[in-house]
Amino acid sequence: MLYGKTGPSLVDLVVRGARVIDPVEKLDAVCDVLVDGGVVSQLGTNVDANGHRVVDGAGLVLAPAFVDPHVHLRVPGGEDEETIASGTAAAAAGGYCAILAMPNTEPVVDSAAVLGSLIEDAKAQAEVPVGFLAAITRGQDGAELTEMAELAEQGAAGFTDDGRPVVPPALMRRALQYHGITGRRLALHCEEPTLSRGAQMHEGAVSAELGFTGYPSVAESVMVERDLSLAAYEQAPLHLLHLSARESVEALRAAQANGVAATAEVTPHHLCLTEEAVRTLDPNLKMNPPLRSEDDRSALVGALRDGTIGSVATDHAPHARHEKEVPFEAAPFGVTGLETAFAALYTSLVEPGLVPLETLLERMSGGPARAYGLEPPRIAVGAPANLVLLDTQATWRVEEDRFRSRSANSWLLGQTLRGQVRMTVAAGRMAFDG
Amino acid sequence: MGEIHVMREQFLPPKPPPRRHLISIADLSREDVERLLATARSFSRSLEREVKKLPTLRGHTIVNVFYESSTRTSSSFELAAKRLSADTMSIKASGSSVDKGESLKDTALTLGAYDPDVIVIRHPQIGAPQLVARYTEAHVVNAGDGKHQHPTQALLDLYTIQEELGRIEGIHVAIVGDVLHSRVARSDVQALTLMGARVTLVGPPPLIPRGIKAMGCEVSHEIDAIAAADVVYVLRMQRERMQEGANYVPSLREYSARWGVTPERLRPGQKVMHPGPMNRGVEIDPRVADAADALIETQVRAGLVTRMAVLYDLLTTGPVGVRAPDPLEVA
Repeated sequence: MLYGKTGPSLVDLVVRGARVIDPVEKLDAVCDVLVDGGVVSQLGTNVDANGHRVVDGAGLVLAPAFVDPHVHLRVPGGEDEETIASGTAAAAAGGYCAILAMPNTEPVVDSAAVLGSLIEDAKAQAEVPVGFLAAITRGQDGAELTEMAELAEQGAAGFTDDGRPVVPPALMRRALQYHGITGRRLALHCEEPTLSRGAQMHEGAVSAELGFTGYPSVAESVMVERDLSLAAYEQAPLHLLHLSARESVEALRAAQANGVAATAEVTPHHLCLTEEAVRTLDPNLKMNPPLRSEDDRSALVGALRDGTIGSVATDHAPHARHEKEVPFEAAPFGVTGLETAFAALYTSLVEPGLVPLETLLERMSGGPARAYGLEPPRIAVGAPANLVLLDTQATWRVEEDRFRSRSANSWLLGQTLRGQVRMTVAAGRMAFDG
Repeated sequence: MGEIHVMREQFLPPKPPPRRHLISIADLSREDVERLLATARSFSRSLEREVKKLPTLRGHTIVNVFYESSTRTSSSFELAAKRLSADTMSIKASGSSVDKGESLKDTALTLGAYDPDVIVIRHPQIGAPQLVARYTEAHVVNAGDGKHQHPTQALLDLYTIQEELGRIEGIHVAIVGDVLHSRVARSDVQALTLMGARVTLVGPPPLIPRGIKAMGCEVSHEIDAIAAADVVYVLRMQRERMQEGANYVPSLREYSARWGVTPERLRPGQKVMHPGPMNRGVEIDPRVADAADALIETQVRAGLVTRMAVLYDLLTTGPVGVRAPDPLEVA
């Protein structure tokens, strides 16, 4: 399900004296970690370096590397904005050892042929392993199901029409019924399109003042409620993409309490910003779903902390510069996030004490892996090395020319953040060595 | 000599502070508005003279760029610039490179290459004036951007109320109609509340934006609410902005029956304003539009002196740097 470069260049190294935090293994201790041939081979103190490269981890945090369940790699069709090589290099710089790519490309990833060629490209170019989600409906038109069994056999990591909702309830029900044979997850973009038509930002006091057509919270939550009802009826699992509204969180929490196997994700920008930011009219603050109220934001932070929402997803959505150098109203939705996610969340959630560091690390790694049935990255003897070395003291400024992504439509341009990725090992290979 | 000096001081407009752009009423303080209105008043006196042209802005270049159709705003900006002896150039989107697909950024860079002192822009998209301000050195005046702002309309409305009623503070204004699609309503609510007036928005629920009360106004869905106001401000039913099948109101017929401003719904002495162009018989009864208490042509005249005041205010201070946008707070 995950595809990346393979070959002989597996890592041999020892990280000495870092604070090793692995929420999966319930580990939080200062120790040395030895990696032999891309596999964690020893944890302890004064580990014999065995002639390997020694990395001084004193004062740093070593954790299981991150998994991003929601990335737009823009291939095929949008190579001017991102490629497998540039997107995975950005992921590596952000501390990720695995990412899942969305199928809303040109053409849409809705056939084994398109998926197969992407997998071949990933094997040749991907700096970190990539899983490709395939579409739920052909052309993401919301009319006919894709050949899910064949797509799963070809290696699809899951199914989604991300960017668009599956509108007809009967079709959604069929998708929930049929996808079960694949063992892969169904991931849903919840939006009732007649309630969000023409919308530019969250509907509320700020949209009323600025004059933007509003995207009400209820446009998301009615669809969340519908999909959770269908999932409960069909006893099918599902994953909810990029939740933004308190009502959605409450519906999810209630469904989980009733035994629905629902997982969900939230983006760094929805956790850090509110509709107030849109007053700047900066097109890099335009995304779908939109930034919502402070009440929504605090519900999302609470849900991330208590595990109702188990995953952080960047929804990394690169756009060409000229596409965003237009009036807010004309700009496309979406912002980048792979290279800034940890620092943004460390700065706005961990430092002020809203979310413990261990929780954030779990929601960025084990949480999203489990949501898609992937093996969670672990720091344990015998496990493949998927490691991120973090400096939680360092501050850095987000600058356009430092991105490895081909696009720079970041909502954090010019910001100074605390928390920096020093090194990423992905599937036993050195992916980023900063 | 002293006395003459005092006389002349009174005729001179007040000194403005350094400022770059007029994009939103939200950027103005109460003092700014008072100064602009005082400047407009001094210009209105100058227009009573036989020779109406003032040499004030001689040598300055003012470019008007209109991406939307407009009669009164574009003509009044052009005349305002000419009355102040500035050189003007007017560009309409149709017939320009916009038809060839040129982006707003490139149009701004092109016009900016002529070093204009002011660019006046009307554009259907919110955020267009900010974009032009980012890519040129000119002072930018927003002549209407989508549903967002139309700050010179709000200033001329304040000027009209001040001149007709003698004050703005404490005046009760009812704004009636399609608030949802109206940049005039948003600018007026901001401007009127800034100056201490009371504002009530009146219209069918789907045309009153959710959350608008946070701007400091009241909301009523009953047309009877206009009876309590000193000024009834009638908004145009923006048929061209009504999305097909959106069902904001079932029909224009039902709208005008329930929310049309008719003589029967007004008290004697209530002033009536309208930003134009009017749909007679839809939002406003023709008898109301033509009555003595209607200030609609007064508003047009006020538009000229107010826009003269805005241009004067932007151009009579020394060069100042572009205000850097406030850095975003990561909450």
